[in-house]
Amino acid sequence: MTKELTCIICPMGCNMTVELKDNKVMDVHGNTCPRGKNYATNECTNPTRTITTTVRCKSGELLPVKTSKPIPKDKIMDAMKIINNASPILPVSIGDVIIEDVFGSRIVSSKNLK
Amino acid sequence: MTDLVIIGGGPAGMSAAYAAYQKGIRDILILERDSSLGGILQQCIHNGFGLHKFGEELTGPEYAYKYEELVRNTDIKIMLDTMVTDISRDKVITATNSEKGIFTIEAKAVILAMGCRERSKGALNIPGTRPSGIYSAGTAQKLVNMEGYLPGKNIVILGSGDIGLIMARRMTLEGAKVKAVCELMPYSGGLKRNIVQCLDDYDIPLKLSHTVTEIHGKERLRGVTIAKVDNFRKPIEGTEEYIECDTLLLSVGLIPENELSKYASVKLDNITGGPVVDQNRQTSADGIFACGNVLHVHDLVDYVSQESEIAGISAAEYIQSKNEKNTSIKITTDGKIRYSVPQMITEKKDTTIYFRVSDVFKNATIMVLKNDQVILSKKKPALAPGEMESIRIKSDDLENTQELTLRLEVQ
Repeated sequence: MTKELTCIICPMGCNMTVELKDNKVMDVHGNTCPRGKNYATNECTNPTRTITTTVRCKSGELLPVKTSKPIPKDKIMDAMKIINNASPILPVSIGDVIIEDVFGSRIVSSKNLK
Repeated sequence: MTDLVIIGGGPAGMSAAYAAYQKGIRDILILERDSSLGGILQQCIHNGFGLHKFGEELTGPEYAYKYEELVRNTDIKIMLDTMVTDISRDKVITATNSEKGIFTIEAKAVILAMGCRERSKGALNIPGTRPSGIYSAGTAQKLVNMEGYLPGKNIVILGSGDIGLIMARRMTLEGAKVKAVCELMPYSGGLKRNIVQCLDDYDIPLKLSHTVTEIHGKERLRGVTIAKVDNFRKPIEGTEEYIECDTLLLSVGLIPENELSKYASVKLDNITGGPVVDQNRQTSADGIFACGNVLHVHDLVDYVSQESEIAGISAAEYIQSKNEKNTSIKITTDGKIRYSVPQMITEKKDTTIYFRVSDVFKNATIMVLKNDQVILSKKKPALAPGEMESIRIKSDDLENTQELTLRLEVQ
């Protein structure tokens, strides 16, 4: 199986072809440097993303939050459903944990709100 | 008399204020029209800020807070909810707020840090009706991220600037369906990683060389007609396609906000839309400096902070009478390079010139010419209009000339 990817590491934007067998990267073509190969390997075996969104506080204010580390890409929409149920109580500071565990990551505040 | 007045408390204003403070200026006042510091960063809740400056990926509010903390720990004065209405060439600022009414401040130096605004739909001339449901991407961003209000369910985005791309993802996460992003040019003006992480991740089609040719709907937007465009960016007959949608977002460029600069008779650059500045970011008006998106639109806030430090330090030196103008060199660019900042050099010292190219180029060489001789060249495997480039010129290269030319040679 092959997969087409655009590298996002630098403005070159190499178009890469990844050869996969049983979810393992066999070979990467089209990359100009080793960073491209690294990126392609991660993207094909374990793509992860940081999610940023907002939650509505009990008192009505909107609080921006984010995952403390990237979560698996295919769990993004499920994570959103869980995060949308949160309803924190103010005051909240940057880094305060809003939800303890969402697919292996914490949901933390990215703003100070009184 | 106040030593230094800074117009705008966004990333540029805060960074400039802090840099001036560190250079020994104590009497600094930031005037901000919003009710908090941070500017547009407050609504940019996505991450990716600060990689260059802090070596970590921060969200907009987090990046803003890092600077707010620095500024709040000094005796820099901050006036929020205060709108500046005029600046005169001799640095008298007129401002207004609900507490003091209309008042004036005399400053030894002024830093313009008002940021930019979005190009509006009026500037686009799309035929059709004028129903509700058409927003600039930044307005939609404010509605979703600050007010918690989703402006629509079925979305088409015109323009592939970074805000449009970011909003495509944001609206999708909140349950809307983004049906297409149309880009007039054959390439996107946004950062590559935003195309991958905001569009590709959610299977949102990016239609390059496409534009919206008609708006449908009476009260509320019902749909748009899009069409492919030719090399002259004119719609090609027969390629029209109707897309049903209730919301159209416009992400069609940013314009530096220079109304106040004009009152101060600051000379503006036709291409950047911002003031013409020297290496110190001093404008054509003595003692008035500019930095951040009011000067030229940046792709990364990290570069805004960096540029604003230069303006802050230079304004401090100006107040301390340490600035020395000992040359006058004009920097010109050839067609493939759209503009440079600074546009002038007035002091012989090592200077970094920032610039943008006009198109996508591969395997290009950036050259600096002095008196028709190439004095510096730098090879670049790839260049794009969306990404700012720079080249450093040594003070020795500034001897015996009144003009330097930046040129791009493509193989």
